[in-house]
Amino acid sequence: MLKRILLGLVVVCGTSAAALAEEPQPGGVVNVVIQPEPPSLMVGLVQNGPTQMIAGNIYEGLLRYSPKLEPLPGLAESWTVSEDGKVYAFHLRKGVSWHDGKPFTSADVLFSIDFLKQTHPRARGNLAQLEKVEAPDDYTVVFKLQQPFGPFLGIFEVGSLPMIPKHIYEGTDYKTNPANNTPVGTGPFMFKEWQKGSFIHLVKNPNYYIAGKPYIDEIYWHVIPDAAARSVAFETGKVDVLPGGSVENFDVPRLSKLKNVCVTGNGWEFFSPQSWLWLNNRSGPTANKKFRQAVMFAIDRNFAKDVIWNGLGKVATGPSASSIKYYTSDVPKYDYDPTKAKALLKEAGYNGEKVRLLPLPYGETWQRWAEAVKQNLQDTGINVEMVATDVPGWNQKVSDWDYDIAFTYLYQYGDPALGVGRNYISSQIAKGSPFNNVEGYSNPEIDKLFADGAVAFPGSKRGEIYDKAQKILVDDAPVAWLLELQFPTITRCNVKNLVTTAIGVNDGFRDAWIDK
Amino acid sequence: MLAFIAQRIAKAVVVLLAIVVLNFFLIRMAPGDPALVMAGEAGASDKIFVAQLRDKFGLDKPLPVQLYTYVRGIIGLDLGFSFRQQMPVSKLILDRLPATLLLTGTAFVISLAFGVLFGMLAARWAGTWADTAITVLALIFYATPLFWVALMAILLFSVTMDWLPSFGYETVGANYTGLTHVLDVGAHLILPATTIGLFFMATYARMTRASMLEVKRLDFVKTARAKGLRDAVIQRRHVLRNALLPVVTLAGLQAGTLVGGAVLTETVFAWPGIGRLMYEALLQRDYNLLLGVFVVCSAMVLAFNLVTDLIYRSVDPRIEFAA
Repeated sequence: MLKRILLGLVVVCGTSAAALAEEPQPGGVVNVVIQPEPPSLMVGLVQNGPTQMIAGNIYEGLLRYSPKLEPLPGLAESWTVSEDGKVYAFHLRKGVSWHDGKPFTSADVLFSIDFLKQTHPRARGNLAQLEKVEAPDDYTVVFKLQQPFGPFLGIFEVGSLPMIPKHIYEGTDYKTNPANNTPVGTGPFMFKEWQKGSFIHLVKNPNYYIAGKPYIDEIYWHVIPDAAARSVAFETGKVDVLPGGSVENFDVPRLSKLKNVCVTGNGWEFFSPQSWLWLNNRSGPTANKKFRQAVMFAIDRNFAKDVIWNGLGKVATGPSASSIKYYTSDVPKYDYDPTKAKALLKEAGYNGEKVRLLPLPYGETWQRWAEAVKQNLQDTGINVEMVATDVPGWNQKVSDWDYDIAFTYLYQYGDPALGVGRNYISSQIAKGSPFNNVEGYSNPEIDKLFADGAVAFPGSKRGEIYDKAQKILVDDAPVAWLLELQFPTITRCNVKNLVTTAIGVNDGFRDAWIDK
Repeated sequence: MLAFIAQRIAKAVVVLLAIVVLNFFLIRMAPGDPALVMAGEAGASDKIFVAQLRDKFGLDKPLPVQLYTYVRGIIGLDLGFSFRQQMPVSKLILDRLPATLLLTGTAFVISLAFGVLFGMLAARWAGTWADTAITVLALIFYATPLFWVALMAILLFSVTMDWLPSFGYETVGANYTGLTHVLDVGAHLILPATTIGLFFMATYARMTRASMLEVKRLDFVKTARAKGLRDAVIQRRHVLRNALLPVVTLAGLQAGTLVGGAVLTETVFAWPGIGRLMYEALLQRDYNLLLGVFVVCSAMVLAFNLVTDLIYRSVDPRIEFAA
């Protein structure tokens, strides 16, 4: 069988020319904000945002990703894909060891796959097409798929498929293994201390397999629960990095004007957070396509981008974010047009029934956004009632489909088969999850297109399929897409090279350094 | 007296158990459960994942079975396991206890000492400008929301003047020891302790002033004066002592809340105490942790009520123990 070799070129993607021109300096301590406090740093068992953000520096995946979502070498230094797209062979780096000194080998990869299929809901879905995985030698791993799975090379990022040490977990109860409190990975930083409620301390891995890296000696992740207090901590110089979402958006312009402060919206390309309003397709006014289209025309999304999000992000054109694969902008357009919205409402026969709007209870920015949307909808004659909840209440309501219109945003993981289809296909209509087809949209043609798109090979065929799916979805407007979100990462400018990959701060400290 | 204490303790145990049962059901009436919250945080969930979590936390069992398991644990002094923090609840509470006691204890001492002092002075100088100043300030501190005071204190003393740290319990990474460490913790303590203390200080001051003015008018004070006692002695031995009962009641109530911490202040100042633990447990529907904090707080309130009753007796010997 002829194999197409995709060489893992060792490149430093996304690095600015200025940073390349400078010589990295070793040493230094970085103080970073983390919120909320993660429940655990064992990313094989817990995958919430803060866990991934810290654990991405302790654990590693087989691949990393450039901002354009091209795979980069991680623990695998190169990889090959068979012509039929069913066999992926990964060649592991040699000389890699776990933080306790034991060597990292292909046996750890096989163990990790088995481990994650039991504990990691997203990995379980991503590996659904896996027929078997084999290790012909200590440094080669071969994945054989039942049928081609287009996004397969995109599932090896550290949060999606972290490598777990076999010698620590094999034969134990994973969930109660004491090592969960003192995580052992292969990454550039090692766990040192966690004072619950205060800070998490990581130190440089002196035996890291890339000579000279990491440059930074220590990282302190500070747990500061109040958004205003996080702003003050940065303003007073007590912390150097505010990862995306750490402060309210209205504080960003003020902080960004401080001396030696840099702001970037990069580092979210892999996640591509896309926000929209779930419109309950099952009953009430939102079950009517014309009503849903009216909502799309009624909302001033440029206002939300420019005012509520301080210009960060992009107006969403449809189900896929523009940063993920197979995005097309060639879809029906919904510019802000209240007159058209009113006409559509009339056509829909809307008679002023009350619709419940459920904001996302993630802080002041989201509350203000909900108020702006409420105002937009009311301006076209929609009778909106805002429903207040906390996070568990929000989870419960959307998981039970107890809403008319609900704010949300979800990650897309770089590929429509991983993070887009789940929100629109019929098989994903099930109570009990806030991440599936919560709106209850059902269209056999869309089901088929997403099923075909996931397994079509090569990529060009996938593009045609997803183009068609996007056009149908945008016309049907099962939800009202809002913005492609960008969460600004705010840093001292002398913290260099932090955001260079598609997951930004989550694996960024490997290459970061401090200009003293 | 022993019979009185024994009876009060027996009653307290019954009340505590009733609180546990009531809280158990109240918490579960709130929408959302820990499995859904954790699945939500994970950014992905499937039926297997949520079922695994429910099984792990025992949430798939009937409510009476969950209650029985929990109450049995409480009787055996086992507060259970925190769903989200993945640690025993008792360890989480004990870990946070020193920070909370330091914060609320300091606030308690500051507020009681200065509150009573200012109340005495205001009563002593009733009707003068000093009385007016104390009364007005006390009213302002009493009426101002804590979180606003906290934010303004941070703005003034941390951001503008850069005198005091704005968050945390100590300077992380400084590894201070000995006196330097004590001073460092002290510097971190000033803003949050003062923020909490101001409200109670105002309350004590107002209460002491009002109570002293009332007692001052009573006959036995006139008698003391007629006997030729010095004013300072009259104020301290006769007026203050008799005026202290309502202050002791309030102090007892405040002391009972010491362990519960101060949710707002601990959140704004990132103080790693029990108040924050409780707040986060509520947001995460971490039932066992939340119930555990409630149990400990309730026990403390009951204990301090008992202590308050005992103090009444020493402040005012006319009060008798009625078993």
